[in-house]
Amino acid sequence: MVNKIWAFLIFMAISYSLLTGNIETINTGILTHATSGVNLVLEMMPLIILWTGIMKIAEASGLLKIFSRLLNPLLSKLFPSLKKDHPALGYIASNIAANMLGLGSAATPFGLKAMEELEKDNPKKDTATEAMITFLVLNTAGVTLIPTTVIALRLMHGSKNPTEIIITSVIATAISSISGLTLDYFIRRRKRHE
Amino acid sequence: MNNISKIIIPLFVLLIILYGFFKKVNVYDTFLEGAKEGLIMVFHITPTIVAMVFAINIFLESNFLEGALSFLRPIFTLINIPMNILPMAILRPISGSASLAIMNDIFNLFGPDSFIGRLASTLQGCTDTTIYVLALYFGSIKVTKTRYALPVGLFADLMGIIAAFIVTFIFFG
Repeated sequence: MVNKIWAFLIFMAISYSLLTGNIETINTGILTHATSGVNLVLEMMPLIILWTGIMKIAEASGLLKIFSRLLNPLLSKLFPSLKKDHPALGYIASNIAANMLGLGSAATPFGLKAMEELEKDNPKKDTATEAMITFLVLNTAGVTLIPTTVIALRLMHGSKNPTEIIITSVIATAISSISGLTLDYFIRRRKRHE
Repeated sequence: MNNISKIIIPLFVLLIILYGFFKKVNVYDTFLEGAKEGLIMVFHITPTIVAMVFAINIFLESNFLEGALSFLRPIFTLINIPMNILPMAILRPISGSASLAIMNDIFNLFGPDSFIGRLASTLQGCTDTTIYVLALYFGSIKVTKTRYALPVGLFADLMGIIAAFIVTFIFFG
């Protein structure tokens, strides 16, 4: 699926540019945007290294386990296929918490670490497990309670009430997450019955 | 509100270090061990990020989306909503920085407290970049068969976008 989207984006970009005579733009684009990707990696790298290091301490001291136990009532319902003390749960809990608080840059390393832990006991290494998909749906729906970037930008543009959109965002994000999780739940249930 | 999120990270780091120290974990060595795993993680996600950023950027610069959507312009003029919101809604699951840039344009043109400014804010806040996150997370562990992950993720996005329109209309319309 990602395969098709990737091919579609490139095909459309190049053919549309050629058709509209934007040869200069597409040529420069192809030559420079590998750098944009590497720049993004370099931007993310310090935080990923820092957070995986710090979270390793939390893992070794047992703090991560305590944290996942606090959220266990919720997590065990969302991830019925994972055992109560699965090492991924602590990272999943941290990822959700970081996303909720609008700390997106901290959420990514936790999420990557959670995927790594889930992959360890995946019987088919190249195929996504149910738990992975539920985690991704939860993640992509972006359960954000405080959209920090949006608030900062509104403030910058002279909004009289920059935080007034929190309520509408939270409602929209809740509807998005609940619909995603519900669909995920029914797909899982149907697969089990087959 | 901003101060709350500013104090959380320092307190969180402090708690982890103190608790680790108290539990007699060698915090420094453990940090190094984890950081090394992080470095390997970066190595694994680099190809995915370069591939996605490249495709997304050349797609955006080709202006294909504006061209493809221009036939909808009369409808938007009729219901009196600026056209800019549509590419933003479509781009939200693909690229966070692209939709953020459009939101910034909308703020410049109409102001953050206009109806469309509030709608753009809600859209930006209500969902995350599904396609990018999916490629990144699955790419990092080399899972290629993503099964029903993308359809469900995009379904959640669609519901979020529809909800954003309705909720903004109810609250500020």
